[in-house]
This record gives sequence, C-alpha cells and structure tokens, in this order.
Amino acid sequence: MKNLLLAVLAVAMSCTLLHAQEAPMQTILQEQSALILDNSRRTVAPAIAAVSDSGLPQAQDVLQAWQAKNLWQRSADRLFFRGEKVEGKTYALYDFDSGEVVGEAPSSELKQIKPNSGIRALIGSALVRFQLQDPDPKRRLAALTSVQRNPSAEVLPSLRESLAEESDPEILAMKQRAERLLTMAYDADEDQRIAAMSEMSGDLGVDVRATLNPMLSTRRAVFEGPPPDTLNIPETLVPGETIGVTEAYDTLVAANLVPARVTADEVRNALAEHIVGGTVGGVPVHRLDDPDIRLQAYAALAQEGKVPPAPDTAQIAQALAAHSFVKVYLEPSARVTDAASEALDTIALTVGANQTFDLILDGLSLTSIYFLAAIGLAITFGVMGVINMAHGEFIMMGAYTGYVVQQIVPNHTASILLAIPLAFAVTFAAGVLMERLVIRWLYNRPLETLLATFGVSIALQQLAKNIFGTQARPLTSPSWLDGAWVINDVVAISYIRIAIFVLAVFFLCVYLFIMRRTRLGLETRAVTQNPSMAASMGINLNKVNMMTFGLGSGIAGVAGVAIGLFAKVTSELGSDYIVQSFMTVVVGGVGNIWGTLAGAAMIGFLQKGIEWFNPSNTLAAQTFMIVFIIMFIQFRPRGIIALKGRAAGD
Amino acid sequence: MQRAYQGRNRSTAIFLLLLAVFTLVVTLLSEGVGIGMVSTSFVKTLGKTLCLALVAISMDLVWGYAGILSLGHFAFFGLGGYMIGMWLMYERTREIVVTSLADAPIPPTAQEVSDAVANQIFGVVGTAEFPLIWTFADSLFAQLLLVVLVPGILAGVFGWLAFRSRVAGVYLSILTQAMTLALSLYLFQNDNGLRGNNGLSGLQNIPGLTEVPQALVSVWFFWGAAFALAAGYLLSVWVVSGKFGSVLRGIRDDEARVRFLGYPVEAYKLVLFAGTACLAGIAGALYYPQAGIINPAELAPIASIYLAVWVAIGGRGRLYGAVIGAGFVSLVSSWFTGGQAPDVPLGFYTIKWVDWWLVVLGLSFVLVTLFAPKGIGGLFDLLERRIAPDRHGADLGPDQGALREKEASE
Repeated sequence: MKNLLLAVLAVAMSCTLLHAQEAPMQTILQEQSALILDNSRRTVAPAIAAVSDSGLPQAQDVLQAWQAKNLWQRSADRLFFRGEKVEGKTYALYDFDSGEVVGEAPSSELKQIKPNSGIRALIGSALVRFQLQDPDPKRRLAALTSVQRNPSAEVLPSLRESLAEESDPEILAMKQRAERLLTMAYDADEDQRIAAMSEMSGDLGVDVRATLNPMLSTRRAVFEGPPPDTLNIPETLVPGETIGVTEAYDTLVAANLVPARVTADEVRNALAEHIVGGTVGGVPVHRLDDPDIRLQAYAALAQEGKVPPAPDTAQIAQALAAHSFVKVYLEPSARVTDAASEALDTIALTVGANQTFDLILDGLSLTSIYFLAAIGLAITFGVMGVINMAHGEFIMMGAYTGYVVQQIVPNHTASILLAIPLAFAVTFAAGVLMERLVIRWLYNRPLETLLATFGVSIALQQLAKNIFGTQARPLTSPSWLDGAWVINDVVAISYIRIAIFVLAVFFLCVYLFIMRRTRLGLETRAVTQNPSMAASMGINLNKVNMMTFGLGSGIAGVAGVAIGLFAKVTSELGSDYIVQSFMTVVVGGVGNIWGTLAGAAMIGFLQKGIEWFNPSNTLAAQTFMIVFIIMFIQFRPRGIIALKGRAAGD
Repeated sequence: MQRAYQGRNRSTAIFLLLLAVFTLVVTLLSEGVGIGMVSTSFVKTLGKTLCLALVAISMDLVWGYAGILSLGHFAFFGLGGYMIGMWLMYERTREIVVTSLADAPIPPTAQEVSDAVANQIFGVVGTAEFPLIWTFADSLFAQLLLVVLVPGILAGVFGWLAFRSRVAGVYLSILTQAMTLALSLYLFQNDNGLRGNNGLSGLQNIPGLTEVPQALVSVWFFWGAAFALAAGYLLSVWVVSGKFGSVLRGIRDDEARVRFLGYPVEAYKLVLFAGTACLAGIAGALYYPQAGIINPAELAPIASIYLAVWVAIGGRGRLYGAVIGAGFVSLVSSWFTGGQAPDVPLGFYTIKWVDWWLVVLGLSFVLVTLFAPKGIGGLFDLLERRIAPDRHGADLGPDQGALREKEASE
C-alpha cells in the first residue's frame, strides 16, 4: 500500500515535471503570477520583461492576450489561459504553449486579468519588439508607423534589434530613419545623439524637425538672485525689455514669491462688496467713475484690513529687481541643445532655399493661369483695342461647355480632349456674333464699347445662372492629372498646374504662329496699325475684325476649361478674373504678347510673394497687389513693354 | 450769363418744382405725418432712390460732362456710408452699454464703457479693441467731416496720380475699377477695423431718437435726401453752366486742344473728380441710415458699373437725365427683382422676372447704347423739337463729341 502510494506520487510528480518541460510559458507565468495578479503599473515591469525576454515564440500571444484583457486565470489550479467567449458567460480556454483548447469554463470559475491603461502601454512597447520582427511585412510596417507616431526611449533597443533581421529594403530604410530619429531624441549616450543630429542635419523631412524642436523647448524659471550655473540656460529675461513687466510679475505670483496683483476688475468687485451707506472707504459711490479714485478707495479698504493690499508700482519694481528671470532648456545637456539648434539652423537654410524654389513654382503656375485668362484679351483688347467686359463671361462659357461635355461623355480624358475644341468653337461663335451685332457699330467709341459689352456680360451671367443654377458645378480632371509631382517634403506641384503651364505655353506659340506666320495675322496687324490703308490694300476689314475677335474669344473659352479644372464652375467664374485680366494686359503693355506675358508674370509672382509674407490672408495680398499695380502704372503708363514709334498708334 | 442760361434751360426750375411736389405728395401720403397710404418701407425706398439720384448726378458730372468714365464713384458712396455708420453704430452701442451699466453698483469708468462698446461692436470679428480709424467715432461732427474728406482725399490722391501720368479713357476706367476692387477686398478683411464682411449694422436706429418711431424718422430722412438732391442739383447746374463747365465740356470733346489753349486740364479734372467723390460720399451718408446696414459687397466694382448704367440709360450730359436714370432703373429693378412683377407663362416655360430681369436689363442696356446714346433724356429733345443740325454723320457720343463720324474715321 505504501509502495503503491509512493508509486502514484512519483507518477504525479513526473507528470508535473513533464508539465514544466512541455509548458515553459505557463511556468514563467506561474513564476510571475504574484506580479501579474498585483496588476500595478509600478511593479508589473519585471513580469512583462520575463515574458518578452523568454525567447519563446508564444511570448507575443501572451502579451497580446494580456493587453486585450483576454488573459484569464482558472481559480481551481491557478493556471493562465487565453479566454475566448463561447456563449453567455462561458469561455473557451486556450493553452499558450500548445495553442489548443483545453476546456471550457463559466466565468464564475475564472478570474480575468484586467490591466489598466498604464500597464497596457507597457505591454504595447514590449510587443513592438515582436511586431517589428513579424514575418508579415504589413504588420511590420504598421508597428513601425506606430513607433513613428509615439516615439519613446523603450522601443529604441527593439528597433535596433530588428534592423539586422529586416529583409524588405524599403522597410529597412524606414526603420533606419526611425532609428536615427529615436537616437537623436532618446539615446542615453550624448555623443551618439549629437552624431545622429549632425548626420540628419541636411534632411528636409518634417519628422526631423518635429524630433529636434522639442529638444529646444524651454520653461521659464525665477530665482532669487542669479540663477545656478548647473542649468542649461539659453536666455536671461529682462523685465520691461525681453519680457513684459506685468508678465514677469505674474510669473513671480505663480511661483508664490510675491502677493498677487489686484486687477481693475478685482478692485471694482471688491469695492462693490464693501459699499456701506453709499460710501466705500470714505469715498461716495457716485465718484467712483474714475480709476484713480477707485484705487484710493481700495487703499482705504486695505488699510482697514478688509481687502488684501495691492502692490504698488514701487513694490513691483523692487520685487522684479530682486529676482532673475531665465529661460531654461528642458534638456539638461548644453552640448545636445547646441547640436540641436545647429542642426535646425542648417535645416532652416535648406528649407528656405527649397521654399524659395517652391514659391517660384507657385508664382509660375499663377502666372500661367493669369496669362491664359488674359491671352484672349491680349488679342481683343491688346491688338484690336476693343474693351470686352464680357471676356470673363466667355471664360465662364468655356468652363460650362466643359461641364456639359462631361455630362454627355463620361470618360474624363476623352471629355476634356473633346471639351477644348468644343469650348473654342462655342466661344468663337459667341465672339463673332457679338462682334457682328454690337461691337462693330462702336469702333472708335471705346467707352461705349465698354458699356455695351458690360450689358452683354450681365445678361450672359444671369443667363448662365438661370440655366445651370447658382451652385458650383464640378469639372473633373482626368485621373492622370490627379496628384502632385512631389520633389521633396517642401517642394511639390500638382499635375493640373503643370498641365495649365503647358497649355499656356502652347497658346503663346499658337498666338505667335497666327500673328507672325499666317495671312490672318498679317492682315490683323495691318488693320490694327492703319485701317484705311489696310482697306485700300484690299483687306476686308469686316472679315478681319470678325475673325480676330472670334479668335480672342475662342482662346478665352479654352482658358475657361483649364480654369474650371481647378476652380469651381459658377456663373461668377469670369468676373473673378476680368479685372486681373485687364490689369495683366495694361501692366504688360497693350499690343504686345510678350508684354502680356511679363504682366502676368509680374502679377502672379507679386501675389505669391505678398502671400508669402502673410499666408493666411489672400485678400490682403490681392489688395496690396492692386495698389502696387496702380502705383506701377504711374511710372510706366504704357506698361512694361511699350510699343514705340508708329506701332504705338498715337 | 447765369440769367441767360436759366432762360434757355427751364429744366432746372421744372426739376426743382417736380421734386418739391413729389416730396410734398409723399409726405402727405406717408405713415409718419400723412394719411398712411405709403408704407414706411416704401418711404425709405423712395428716400434711398433720391440718394441714388444724387450719386448719379455726381457720376454724370464726371462722365457726362468731363468724359471720365469713373468706375469708382459707388465706392466713394459706400465710403461715405461707412463714415456715418461708424458714428451711428458707436453712439447707439454706447447708449445701450451705458443703460445696462447704470444698474451696476459702482458707476463705470470711461475706460470700462469704451471697452464694453468695443466688445459689443468688434466681438463678431474676434477683437475687443477700438482700431485707430475709430478715433473720431464718438464725434458726430468729426464723422460728418470725414464723410466728405475720406472720399475726397482718396479721389484726390488717386486722381492726382492718374491724371498727372495722363491716364485717360478706358485705361482710367479700368484703373478706377481696380481701385474699387482693392477697396472692397480691403474692407472684406476681418482685421481691417470695419468688421470685415459683417459690415456695420443697426444704422436705422438713430442715437438720441430711439423714442421716435421709424415712420417719422423715415420721413425726416426722405426730406433730408430731397433737400440734398435739390442742393446737389443746383450746385451741379451752377458748376456746369459757368466757365468751369465750358472747360469741362472742352476737355471731354478734345482734351489736347484744351491743353494747348493753356488750361490746366489736370487741375480741372482733379477738382471735378474729388468734388464729385465728396458729393457721392454725402449721398452715401444719407443712404445707409435708411438702408440700415452696409457691408463691403455694396462697394464691389459691379455697383459702380450699375451706376454708369443708370446714367447711360437716363441720358448722359444732362443732369436731369442722371436723376431719371437712377430713379427709373433702380425702382424698376426693385419692382422686378422684388417678385412683384407678374410671371409670364409661355406654355412651355414660365418667365420668372426675378431670374430674367438682369438679362432684360443687360440687353436693354446694349440696345440703349447702340440705338439711343442720349438715353431717356433724349425724349425731352423730341418733345422740345430740338433737332441736332445735320452735320453729315452720326453723333459719336460725348466722349468724342466734337468729332463727327466723318472726322473720326479719318
């Protein structure tokens, strides 16, 4: 019997031993059981370390289950399992080591481990190590993104460890970059940090600046007498110069070094509380509409001890003189802050150079928009001298043509390619019609032309409103024009703007070709310079005027399609551009396409330049630009490129 | 000379007589003093129309008489409105603030009152301090002075710059339009000190007259507008009938010739441009207390162009033409766009005048320009059987008035 008992005991013990060998994770969990159950952020760290450093493949599962509150302990034998709800209050229990279901149990026989958010964060950073080495590249990438979003000192070793194992070159590059950034911010070794900073100082990435900037963050500190030398102090503040007196004094108040100031509001409230029989501190209430008398009354109250005394100017000055105000870097090492500010300076220089380049690109694209909007006017106004206030409405007509074509032809590429010639045709016809019906009766009467075409302009605008409604209509660009050409983090230009630039150059060439190489251009120039002489040479004035006006209007229509691609198409689309277009032609110099180009460039770059000073306020930029142009015309009334001699006309 | 002019032009006397009769009739029919057949809001509309007629006269002076097509006179009109609006809004808000602070246990200091007023006025644009340009807002006299000075000085500086560099004709028009655009864009900014696109509001409440019903106030403003129109008309008649007016017409017809005759053309133009800007400012200062609100949209370039439309339809170069144009077009416009005009059913489509009025206005404007350059005022010539002498060619219009078609084409 005794032997039998011994034998049973031996078998049972061997079972337990076997259990320990077959279930290493359970063993670890049992060893750390006290800490796990304690469930305190301060003490739990060794338990997490024991699991994650175990080198077991199950470690990740345990941590994930723990973090997701899926870790359960069976009350009967105190073993830990991953629990999964089956139905009602019954849970299936998965063993960590085997990964298999070992049984089911109602929640009354189980104890759930519920880590608080602090513990979950600790588990999270331990998990990063596994996730960064996950076989699935997507999960590695996700882990890396989360490291980039919430950088901390803890993940740095895990990140470094994962570098050697990384097989995907793209992710490797990203990991290396993240490692450099974390090194700058969190490495224990100062030299390492400084080295990383100088290495990254040429980099334009926003992340580099986002890492460097917090290192230079400061707090304001107050000391009685001079500040201690041990602190990393970038700047000493002088009250009244680098820091306001009130602000400095309030800093002292916040540090509980001096009595609080009494504000005007507090004085008023205190006085209102202490009105006794129509007087406060001996002053009749009706005289209290003067701040000085209020202060007198308050001082009287303070002498009676009813209110706290207000420090006067002399006391404030004395308190300020007795203390020194400094800015202190949160980062204690001066070498690190110096290196960081040096790196930031270098980056700022590179960023500045790139921003200038970006500004030039922006200016160039605005130039091409203005040029495109004005090139039609350069023909009708510049060459023919007709003031066409309805020019903006021709632009709008072109944009609406594009919109209508898109309703019929769903393919965006095909519809845009179709819309451009169609818009030209529609506005060409409208231009010819207007020239025949209105403008030809008004040659030699420029002001009347202005008024008549303005009448056409309001009629067309209202007509568009009646047909298409007041809401903005979309003109969608083909998908290959979506997105932007990104050169680096600072310089980027959208493909639509490049397309508009190309279109502007194309129309410049078309204009030059027509004016210089075709019969129509020759006749137009002849008619412009001397109509009667041209007529006597056999040129049909009516036909030339009609064709030229139609050409200018047609180009306006095409510009409308281009403008509609990035602006909303409304009936007011044209009137937004009309003043700028006239400005472009007038500033550039009437009658010369290069002048129009120069005018568009001046207006475009000027507007972008002014916007650069005050990016939040484009209205101000436009205002200043127009004022500048008005001034400019004072000095060059004939524009940048003025025609000379006979071509000038008068 | 003066007597002779009036003898030849009975229009001034007739106009003043008609204006007086009109004022009397409206007064007798108004709710405020008369039998109440004309509603208060319509009295306000009529009063506003008289102000528009006044600004149209100032436009007619620069355009019809001197050939300067200014597309900025409605901006001067708006500036006048802003100047009086600042005082109205300040005083009105101060009254409210003082009343509400009177209940406080301790009388407010001047600073507290001013802070509370600033907070009330500028709360909508996120500040609570008076900008520098409101320095004189507490003084009616100073703001009344600014009503004249601000448009006058702006027009003076702009005109001086433009005229001395010989910017003329359409270039000047475009330049004035740019000035108007710049001004309205500036006013649209929230941090300019004039409440950005919120504009100034509550202007119909006249400080000190809170007890007086609006029906009565509207009649007073109507009288004020009628008086200002009469005075402005007389002033304009006096200006254009003397030697000054002759020089102006000379400048309109052939500027170079007048310059070679030794007249300082720039000075004449500048005086006229700035003077009419002042007149426009006064008209605006009378208009906006009746409208009750002013915002930057009122100053947009389109408004100044409409002003030109009114004058052109009424008839340029004759003062009563401008009045007729402004009155006729603005009243007809508000009739059509106010939804009072009956819709026209065409069977397949119903013409709603709210939508189609602008189309009609635009096209009729083209027709007037093409076929009746003299505008509605030209009808009076037919009435008087005053027929232009046959000079072998069509009239080219006021801007090149001295040139006949034959000459111009040479």
